[in-house]
Amino acid sequence: MSLLHIMILIPFIFAIFVPLLYKFFNPRIHTGWFVLIIPVIIFIYLIRFIPGISSGETMYHSMAWMPSFGINFDAYVDGLGLVFGLLITGIGALVILYSIYYMSKEREALHNFYVYLLMFMGAMLGVVFSDNILVLYVFWELTSISSFLLIAYWYQREKSRYGAQKSMLITIFGGLAMLSGFIMLSMMTDTYSIREMFTQINVITEHHLFLPAMILILLGAFTKSAQFPFSIWLPDAMEAPTPISAYLHSATMVKAGIYLVARMTPIFGGSSEWFWLVSGIGLITLLYGSINAVRQTDLKGLLAYSTISQLGLIMSLLGIGSAALYFGYGREADLYVVAITASIFHMINHSTFKGSLFMVVGIIDHETGTRDIRRLGGLMTIMPISFTIAVIGSFAMAGLPPFNGFISKEMFFTSVLEASKLTEFNMETFGILFPVIAWVASVFTFIYSMILVFKTFRGKYKPEKLEKKAHEAPIGMLISPIILASLVVIIFFFPNIIADYLLKPAVASVLPSLAEGGIIDMKISAWHGWNTELFMTIGVVVLGGLMYMYLKKWVGIYRLYPQNMTLNQLYNSGLDHAQGWSKSLTDGYMTGYIRDYIAYLFGFFILFIGGTLLVTQSITLDFSNNAPVNVFEGALVLAMMTAAVTVLFAKTRLTAIIALGVLGYLVSMFFVIFRAPDLALTQLVVETVTTALFLLCFYHLPKFKEHTKRVPLKPLNLVISIGVGIIVTLFAFSANGTRLFDPIASYYEDAYELAGAKNIVNSILVDFRGIDTMLEIFVLCIAGLGVYTMIKLGLDRREK
Amino acid sequence: METLMSILVGVFFAIGTYLILTKSLLRIILGTSIISHGVHLLILTMGGLKTGGPPLLGLDSLSFTDALPQALILTAIVINFATTALFLVLSYRSYKLLGTDDTSQMRGNEDE
Amino acid sequence: MKEPNDIILRGVTKVAVVIIFTFAINLFFSGHHNPGGGFIGGLGFAAALTLLFLSYDVESVKANFPVDFKVVTSIGVLIAVFTGLGGVFFNEPFLTQAFQYFDLPIFGKTELATAVLFDIGVAFAVIGTAMTIILTISEDR
Repeated sequence: MSLLHIMILIPFIFAIFVPLLYKFFNPRIHTGWFVLIIPVIIFIYLIRFIPGISSGETMYHSMAWMPSFGINFDAYVDGLGLVFGLLITGIGALVILYSIYYMSKEREALHNFYVYLLMFMGAMLGVVFSDNILVLYVFWELTSISSFLLIAYWYQREKSRYGAQKSMLITIFGGLAMLSGFIMLSMMTDTYSIREMFTQINVITEHHLFLPAMILILLGAFTKSAQFPFSIWLPDAMEAPTPISAYLHSATMVKAGIYLVARMTPIFGGSSEWFWLVSGIGLITLLYGSINAVRQTDLKGLLAYSTISQLGLIMSLLGIGSAALYFGYGREADLYVVAITASIFHMINHSTFKGSLFMVVGIIDHETGTRDIRRLGGLMTIMPISFTIAVIGSFAMAGLPPFNGFISKEMFFTSVLEASKLTEFNMETFGILFPVIAWVASVFTFIYSMILVFKTFRGKYKPEKLEKKAHEAPIGMLISPIILASLVVIIFFFPNIIADYLLKPAVASVLPSLAEGGIIDMKISAWHGWNTELFMTIGVVVLGGLMYMYLKKWVGIYRLYPQNMTLNQLYNSGLDHAQGWSKSLTDGYMTGYIRDYIAYLFGFFILFIGGTLLVTQSITLDFSNNAPVNVFEGALVLAMMTAAVTVLFAKTRLTAIIALGVLGYLVSMFFVIFRAPDLALTQLVVETVTTALFLLCFYHLPKFKEHTKRVPLKPLNLVISIGVGIIVTLFAFSANGTRLFDPIASYYEDAYELAGAKNIVNSILVDFRGIDTMLEIFVLCIAGLGVYTMIKLGLDRREK
Repeated sequence: METLMSILVGVFFAIGTYLILTKSLLRIILGTSIISHGVHLLILTMGGLKTGGPPLLGLDSLSFTDALPQALILTAIVINFATTALFLVLSYRSYKLLGTDDTSQMRGNEDE
Repeated sequence: MKEPNDIILRGVTKVAVVIIFTFAINLFFSGHHNPGGGFIGGLGFAAALTLLFLSYDVESVKANFPVDFKVVTSIGVLIAVFTGLGGVFFNEPFLTQAFQYFDLPIFGKTELATAVLFDIGVAFAVIGTAMTIILTISEDR
């Protein structure tokens, strides 16, 4: 286990101690202060990698987990993973700092909150630093689960539960699809390691599972990153506490899908399906999110849709950039490298400005008691610092200088313009759509950014509509958003620091084949001269500004869209139908009678075993290796059948029990004949004790009732039981007639040398297979306790 | 011998299944006991019958019967004892509590 | 309830139980080389106890034989687990058994095996479970 592994696992380990810390220190010290240490440590640890990674090194440590299955916990750090790792821990630290002031230590169950948060952080680090796809999958689902727990943090609220369930259903569905995609990948390449897959890209591309695997993995990425039409879970996830929304649902978890797409680009990129799916879905999501954000009245809802839209933007950039792998090298490839750079750059920028905006909204909610735009207004003079942060965040989101969003937005425009000039992938027909969609979406982005700032902070202050008297937030709450907002500005003025140390190695790991050629050379500058991109931005500002001014005149258009056609409606009715359908199905066969269930079991047994025997044509009737039968044994068999039939037709319980005892003793005779002295002895004693037990128990019970004295004759039961008998006999015949391999018993015949025992059976029980025996006595023990509790505990209730 | 044993096992399974499918709890327990006898004999038969002496190395025989099925059955017998006892007590308790040993009449009471 | 007149049963039981006990213990120790072992020995022991309980009443046997069989069960399980853990301390997998031959004063060359310890655990668990079951049922009136 290397230090890297420890860093991934440390959040989980620390999470164990959080409840204790909460218990002992809570009234005095907010639990968050302890938790804050963890992301800071990991962040500093990761910072130390930057020089090495930026000069092209990678880190790799393996830890055996299930080596016989080829599943190892391989931790791998490259440029891409490092960017994500820094985001996770950096934003994580700021969010925890913020949460210390946001989450009241008197009222909230902080231990739950921080345990979930740490669980998420560890899982997310696991996702971005795992090289083994199965390990990655495990961590991936852990992020879904911790997200579920955090959305449902205020589980008393119905909306929280609804949102949590929705996100769980959608992301787990995607996760399972992704798992099957991963399994297909490993079938193609015979490895679970992503890096080893990179060496077999030709094999994968030729394989007939290429397309299914790609679609399944993209399903995982799209559900996680809230791409259209799976985006519906994200707005409902806003029921989570605001620090969580800032952290999971805008800065990190939803970017896991982006990570996955970036990670898989070397494998799938360069094909037209990948290009179209990723960039197409990305652009649709971009448009869908930005249009819907404008109509929101809840500030967090607005931010949720804007997150969806920005995620779509990043996704589409990754799609466009994958074309670089199609060209492989040269000037055209270079053009698409810009898109990949822009995507990762914008992702970092998005985390900074969206994180700060979420925190500001959290502050507004915290200090005024509402997030409803219609009730807010005029907060500019009351909350000047928050206002400044909000302006910086929103203008960056709208893509205005001098904020980092401007640079990445310009790069985005460059990429879509380049994409529209593509002649491959059918782009000559549809290419023009790319810049058009991008531009329209940007107009809407501009509008909602303005709504966010000006509807909240300008206009008339309406104290009568607020639950609390508004005032500026405490300084502790403002530290994190101030840091993020400063980053927004700093990155604009010094983009090349980020470019050299983070973006370059990250792009190199998305496009490894280009990186080898050493042609990735980037220079990001804020000013490009008077080019098309700049004119597009100016157009966005002008049109967006006009539309914002006349918002009241046209916002009614949204109401024209029929309410019963929304995706949410589809999801709800789908869920209702699925529930109703499964209920009616379950009611159909769950009758509540044991007999029916047993009949199902045996029916399935007959069909399954019989079917298998028939389909594989393994019924053999080969009696050649039979041992001889003598008269005595024949008589014994007859006696046993008689005893069994007697049990069936016995009129009194006593007869039945005695017949069963006789049967048991006869079985022990067989054990004698078949050279099994241990079994014979055991069977004799067990039979004695069991019979005594039967008699003891039924000493207290009434006789068979009149009408149940005879076993009733039921045709269906008869058919089932005879079927079972025949199948078992056939099965025994076939098993006897086909010997697939030699018995392994000869190994145990060395018992004297291996275990110092001459009784082979006993040595198997206590030595060779000791763990079976141990578990067996556990079962015995549990059965004994079961009997004891059933009788002794029952007593109390009867006495009542 | 194997053929004969296979048929015997089949008969045990058929009778056991029929008993399990009845409504009386006692008969269900009887049925499971018969089926478990069937299982033991089946496992033993599958290991080959009369192929050598008892699996005791002290006996100096040239070959031994397969010891593995015997070990399996020994485990099965003891487990079967424990589960039968549990079943018995379960039916005994439910009779005392509900006043019936008919599984179809056990529905709709407060313990369900 | 009328006292049943079962003098013969009781008389035979007194003798038989001693014989069965001896036989059960013999079965247990012969298990390493001959038919027998923890299961059979334990069950034999339990059968003898059952006979005692059947011929005399529960209370008088309990007065003379004051053992809580639930505790016996748990001791048995614990013995089995701890002998299994023994191997772990010698850097062997869980439940690895060892055996060695010793020259003891009276018995001569004797084999001592940890497997026997494990078997004792099994026997205890079997005795405890069987007796717990039978006693709880018979005590329930």
